[in-house]
Amino acid sequence: MRIQLDFAAVLSQWPLLLNGIAWTIALTTVATLIGMLLGILCAQMRAKGPVAVRFGVGAYIELIRNTPFIVQLFFIFFGLPVAGVRLSPETAAFIAIVLNLGAYAAEIVRAGVEATPRGQIEAAVSLALTPFQVFTRVVLPPALKKVWPATVSQIVIVMLGSSVCGQISVPELSYAANLIQSNNFRAFESFIVAALLYLALSVVLRKFLNWAGPRLLFGR
Amino acid sequence: MIEFSLWDILRNLLLALRWTAALSLVAFIGGGLTGALLLYARLAGGRVTDRLIGLYVQLFQGTPLLMQLFLAYFGIALFGIDVSAWTAAALALTLYTSAFLTEIWRGCVASVPKGQWEASSSLALSFVEQMRYVILPQATRVAIAPTVGFLVQVIKGTALASVIGFVELTKAGTMISNTTFKPFTVFGFVALLYFALCFPVSLTARYLERKTYGPRH
Repeated sequence: MRIQLDFAAVLSQWPLLLNGIAWTIALTTVATLIGMLLGILCAQMRAKGPVAVRFGVGAYIELIRNTPFIVQLFFIFFGLPVAGVRLSPETAAFIAIVLNLGAYAAEIVRAGVEATPRGQIEAAVSLALTPFQVFTRVVLPPALKKVWPATVSQIVIVMLGSSVCGQISVPELSYAANLIQSNNFRAFESFIVAALLYLALSVVLRKFLNWAGPRLLFGR
Repeated sequence: MIEFSLWDILRNLLLALRWTAALSLVAFIGGGLTGALLLYARLAGGRVTDRLIGLYVQLFQGTPLLMQLFLAYFGIALFGIDVSAWTAAALALTLYTSAFLTEIWRGCVASVPKGQWEASSSLALSFVEQMRYVILPQATRVAIAPTVGFLVQVIKGTALASVIGFVELTKAGTMISNTTFKPFTVFGFVALLYFALCFPVSLTARYLERKTYGPRH
């Protein structure tokens, strides 16, 4: 038998694909910016907070890390309206993806913070820096530098995972591919194109983060 | 309309959990065997084999598992073979797992000091003997913790098989929530069941990690 592939039918829908890529990038960017902040906050609360807070944050981190993202997304999008919180698909996706990266980032950041030599903190305190200054100026930059490779990998995983958001009709890349294949019945070609676009995105994202981390976050 | 009690929901979810466990096991064992073969090919083969397997790994690590599932589902159908969701999911997850495991294990083999390779080849051990008696025993010790850790990723990955219509825990959750109109309860239970499955595995991985590298600080 002959298999006929028709990629032109998919590529002619490039505005849809482009819009999908824009949404995937938007989801990833928001997840990275807010999720990292959340992660740093949680790492600190888990290490320094009162017992109840430590337990709460620990439960959040373990719950997120040990359940699939798609279930978290469904719980937020389908489950929460019952409790009176009605969210648009886009809002639900943003919340889910931020909460997801936050939990993973918290564990990664914690590993970096724990590796800070005591003497550095003592030195910083003896220079009369406030605890906040000690953390943001002395502890955090080298900690982020140490765990940056793991962080970059996690952000790429979250970007790839954002493809699940199409299931609640967020118009990201995999949703675009699904839409195209339901119009022209070129399922295999659509998903090949989408997969290659994801591959390109993950390579570019990794390069960009490896470039941006040292310049914007912790100095070379 | 049939009224679903809390127990009915939980009972049906538990029944579906079997399929999540079965799919995880098939993917993990199949992926482990394929991954081991790929690792062997990579170590024994030349540079071309190494590059090809490297490409294979990057292909699976750089694309979403969801796309891989769709491609398996629609890709096999392209050959005129009527493929069930179970077959497509098992195939995609096995390949996905093999790519990750072979990369993890390659790192473990690379962590064995170069001197061990040199010493064993100066003792005239063949490649197979080197692997069997010198390299693998040391690499395995390092490999156990991350391998168990990856099992958690596989279990979570099986949730995506729901998207191509395989009725495992997540799909069962969607179906039950559609009939009962209790998405909060149902997806809450679904999440807790995944947690009950994954958390012990995570703890084991963490324990093994500590045992391998000794206490921190």
